[in-house]
Formats: sequence, structure tokens, C-alpha cells
Amino acid sequence: MKKKAYDVVIIGGGIVGCATAFELAKRGVTDILLLEKGFLSSGATGRCGAGIRQQWGSVLNATLAVESTNIFEHLEEYTGYQGNCGLNQGGYLLVAYTEKEWAQFLKNLEVQRGLGINAFAVETKDAKKFVPHINTEGLYGATFCQKDGHADPFHCTFAYAKGAERLGVEIATYTEATGFKVANGGIAGVETTKGYIETKQVINCANAWAPKLAAMVGENIPVYSERHQILVTEPVEHLMDPMVMSFHRSFYVQQAPHGSFIMGIGHTEETSFNSNSSWKFLEECSSIITEVLPVLRKLRVVRQWAGLYDMSPDRNPVIDEAKEAKGFYSVCGFSGHGFMVAPRTAILLARFLTGEKDSLDIKRFSQERYKTGDLLLEPSVV
Amino acid sequence: MEDKTLLCRCEDITRDRILQCIADGYDTIDEIKRVTRAGMGPCQGRTCRLLIAQELSKAYGIPMEEVLMPTFRPPTKPVSMGALADAHKEGGTKE
Repeated sequence: MKKKAYDVVIIGGGIVGCATAFELAKRGVTDILLLEKGFLSSGATGRCGAGIRQQWGSVLNATLAVESTNIFEHLEEYTGYQGNCGLNQGGYLLVAYTEKEWAQFLKNLEVQRGLGINAFAVETKDAKKFVPHINTEGLYGATFCQKDGHADPFHCTFAYAKGAERLGVEIATYTEATGFKVANGGIAGVETTKGYIETKQVINCANAWAPKLAAMVGENIPVYSERHQILVTEPVEHLMDPMVMSFHRSFYVQQAPHGSFIMGIGHTEETSFNSNSSWKFLEECSSIITEVLPVLRKLRVVRQWAGLYDMSPDRNPVIDEAKEAKGFYSVCGFSGHGFMVAPRTAILLARFLTGEKDSLDIKRFSQERYKTGDLLLEPSVV
Repeated sequence: MEDKTLLCRCEDITRDRILQCIADGYDTIDEIKRVTRAGMGPCQGRTCRLLIAQELSKAYGIPMEEVLMPTFRPPTKPVSMGALADAHKEGGTKE
């Protein structure tokens, strides 16, 4: 760290932290230090399924996703990045396996159409037009949106980080925030593994670790961590464009532009910070996915990994200021879909912190909702 | 002169590409792997891991043993999804 004091300290080098640094810097707040305990994207971002979808059931999530996708579509230009962020808009085919789920999908389509999202229903007999190898047994129907897809989480994060650095943001990797100093009800500084930093503003983007950090300034956030696993196969010739996803059977599978298939299942497990891989996952996931895409039986799994979802009670993010440490903001609880909404969430936050107007109300994300019961309900989440 | 020597044979990543990454400020094998895919192929970095470590060691003037190693991820050898799915149907392998 080059200095002893910064206007803003951001904790977390995932896409939320890096995008927030970039959006703040773009608005003239450039005296920022970003702390990351490992390397950039080493947490949830770099371990995520990389999906970008607009087929949500609530107006708020669909809006965040659409406006984020608009940025993903030209992220390289937006951030001045030399690399390729790997956006592939091959669509999402959301498959329904029960009558109830199908009814919900049709309701979601109404919400999506109201927002100008071009998603539509696909009859079971037509599903193979989108995914030629899909096994349609048990399928009620599906919905499809061409502008959904996936992007490269590493390059997207690096794009924001490099853009932020160019605007004057300092990034300290392998530097962990270990404590905070609060004075007169406001945040005064951050203890790190590489020394103490004075600051009047902290943005806690540490995903699953965010509640632990918030607790250090007396803020209790009801977000907990949950392990989710992914596997990736050897690359093969192009077999399908869309991400195929089911809520009922709880899986998603996509073919990366590079040719490998990436997939995961949404089975919940006890809360923990365990991010080790398990053999059980390999077997379960292979079993579920080869039912839907039998053609993948011969494909070999080359790697598996795990990451942590930061689960909130209503599966939607918490963006809030600590009551006993003014200037300490937490942004967490994305519950497994933080990557795809990060660009717009970062703008929301940067606008709020710089006093700029926004069409979205940041207060809606306050954790006050868990007291009032006015939750951010989302019917379509894994 | 361009150095087209392949450091990662699975993903066709040349020594030049690795040196460019180091010049761009990526200073760990983990980051270089994520930027270039070096080490993500069927052999999972068995060959390139140490070759990239060597380049980092030279570039930063640190001994090889101080270069951070990436996480070695399972499975050790590629396994077909069919074999894994069948094992699940037969009750699953005990961990």
C-alpha cells in the first residue's frame, strides 16, 4: 500500500468490489484502496457458473439483470480492457418439469415482457430446436431468451480492476482486512495484514465473508455461506448454444465457447466455509446432467471446484450502512447470482455514494426488510 | 524474436503469452491460469505449472519454492460422466 490514508477502502476483489471501485472512480472518487485477501476473482466470482440471465420473475431482479447485460455487451470498451470478456449470448433455455413450475414460468414471461425482455415459451416438442441433444422426457415446457448467456468471470473482473487502476484506484492483493477502528459512531480505519489504513468510508464486498467483517463493527447481517460445486469437462466440438437450467431438478449446464461443458447442481447443504470438492458431487451431478443430455456420458470430467454462495433470507442482496459505524457499507447476500447483476449493482452503489440520482431505490436493499417482512421475493432462483 | 515454445501443451499457450501476462502485472500461476487457460486442459497443469513457475521465479528474482502453487483440483485423471453417473445409480462411492 502506497499510502496510510484513503478516502474509500473497498474490501473484496471479486466482480462486485472491482466494479464498485471502477464506477466510483469514473465519478471522480479515485482515492480508493481495494483490498483482496487472495488474488482478484479468487473467491465466489472466479468460481461461479458464469451465467447471465434476464429471465427473472421479479421486476427488480430482471431490471438489474437487463441493465447489467447491457454493460456486459460492451464491457471491454466500457472499461478500456485489452482482453476478451468472453460474453456468449447463446440464450438460456429454462426447463419446467412440473405443472406448477410451468405456470410460474408463464407468469414470469409477463413480467419480462413488461420490461421489454424478449423471452418466450417453447413447447416441449420444439425444445430440440434450441438444444438438439436434450432429453425431453418429463418436460412440461421451456422458456427461452436469446440475450441470456454467459461471460468469463475472470476477464470481467480483471476488466473492471484494470479500468479502476487506470483511473487511480490502488489494488492490494494478498492483503486481508482483519479489523476496524470506529470513532464517534463512524468508521475511522481498517486493520490489514499489511498495516493500518485510515479511512472514513469502507465498502464491504467480501461476499460470504462480509457478515464476519460487518460483525466487527457491530452490524449483524443475516447472510450465511453455503458451498456449491461445479465440474468442467474436456473440450469437444460445438454441441449447443444455450445454458440449460432447471429449478425443479436444480441444475444448470452450458458449453463454454472453448468447448468444455460447465455444470452445477443447486443442492443445499449445511452452512460452512468449506470450499473443498467432493466426489459425491461428481457422481450426483453427472447422474442428473446425463439424464438431460445423455450425449455427455462419454465426456470426461477434467476438473471440479467449489465456491461459496452468500445466502440471504430472501435470496437477494443486502446493501446497507452499519448502524454503529457510519460510512461502513456492506454489499452481500447475492445468493448465487451476484455475477450477473454486479455491473448495475455497482452503479447503484456508486450513484448513491456520490449523490447522483438513480431510477432504482437503494433503500429497497436495506436489511430493514427482514424486520418489516417486506421481502424481495424472487420465484425463479436456484 | 517471438518465442513460440509451448509451455502449456493442452491449451496451446506459448512462452510469449506467459511473458506478456507477467509484463501485464499478473504475478501468480493462479492468475495466469485464469487469464490464459494455461493449466486448465486434460493434464491439469502437470507440465506447464512448473514451467510458468520458472518464468515467475526469473521475472521476480525469487527462488522457485517461493512461487505460489495453484490449488491441485480433483479428479486426478479425467473420468467419464457416464462412469460417474453409473456409480451414483449403484448407490454412490463411499468417500
